[in-house]
Amino acid sequence: MALAQLYLSMFLAFFKIGLFGFGGGYAMLPLIQQEVVFDNKWITVSEFTDIVAISQTTPGPISFNSATFIGYKATNTSGHGTLASILGAAICTFAVSLPSFGIMTLVVTFFFKFKENRYVLAALYGIKPAVIGLIAAAGIMLINGFNFIDYKSWLIFSVVFLASIKRIDPILLIAIAGLAGFILY
Amino acid sequence: MQSAFFHFTSTKQPRNMKKYWEIFLVFFKIGAFTFGGGYAMLPLIQSAVVDKKKWLGDKEFIDMLAIAQSMPGPIALNTAIFVGNKRKGVKGSIFSSLGIILPSFITILLLVIVFTQFRDNTVVESVFKGIRPAVVALIFAPLLRMGKNADITWNTIWIPIAVALIVGLLHISPVVIIILAITLGILYHRIIKKIINR
Repeated sequence: MALAQLYLSMFLAFFKIGLFGFGGGYAMLPLIQQEVVFDNKWITVSEFTDIVAISQTTPGPISFNSATFIGYKATNTSGHGTLASILGAAICTFAVSLPSFGIMTLVVTFFFKFKENRYVLAALYGIKPAVIGLIAAAGIMLINGFNFIDYKSWLIFSVVFLASIKRIDPILLIAIAGLAGFILY
Repeated sequence: MQSAFFHFTSTKQPRNMKKYWEIFLVFFKIGAFTFGGGYAMLPLIQSAVVDKKKWLGDKEFIDMLAIAQSMPGPIALNTAIFVGNKRKGVKGSIFSSLGIILPSFITILLLVIVFTQFRDNTVVESVFKGIRPAVVALIFAPLLRMGKNADITWNTIWIPIAVALIVGLLHISPVVIIILAITLGILYHRIIKKIINR
């Protein structure tokens, strides 16, 4: 694909992610996955899961992290050099932040009107329960043959799930799971 | 001509720029040292912006938070844009955004460059085979607690379940869900409730 065309479609995809990414973090995952894995096929499901893992262990919001990661990776895999790939990462990161920029600038300007606007409040009542569903969808979309290869995967899943409910630090849990993978596979 | 230029760069510019760089630095530090995304950053932003710099009052910060988290986009970025803009207008919010974005941009860029080299390495692959199911567990685990915080009751619990199945299994775009949720929220609270109450 021509480079300019790839940049344009990445810009549009991440702009959309920024614009409809309500609920932050995990709630944005189904949207990101839909755009970059299913629709545009820039990365595979396993690579997407790896990005989520990397995001959980590095600073910064998941949407920035995936924008930077995918922008680089997609440009690189389509046969372009390091510099072009870095520019791709910059374009995606810029595109995902742009909607927030416009919306929050409006919010500052009309702060109190926004806070008490009945239509804004009513819209938020609708979004809140949907966001919980989107997070569950993010989990469901990642249960597949690429991430769960055998019974050992389910064993790791169950242990981490219970430990996380007991509020054990996620970074520690990922480190332990990585060690378990190294020993078991 | 030269003196005008000199005047512009030497006296006026540095003093003004100092405030912008101060905004940049505050958010750069927060961006660099908070792991695990948005919500982990909020206490740090509050202590820097409200307690130390006194750019916002306590109540103003809480009010801003309520709005920042209901708007699309990461809450850390939304907060940075709000604070930057309050402090120094649109230019201030450009500096605060760059501050919060750059640390993760640089970290991930370095990681992805290394990652694309070592992805086929068998050790890396077996480590990630262990990590992938753990990631899925970490997504599911906080759901129950979040459901309680979002005031989900037995009357509304069908909404997240329906959304999870429609998006997760049928792969309907979340964009459709968000637009529907906004429309139904407004319809229900502004129109249907009024008719019922009449």
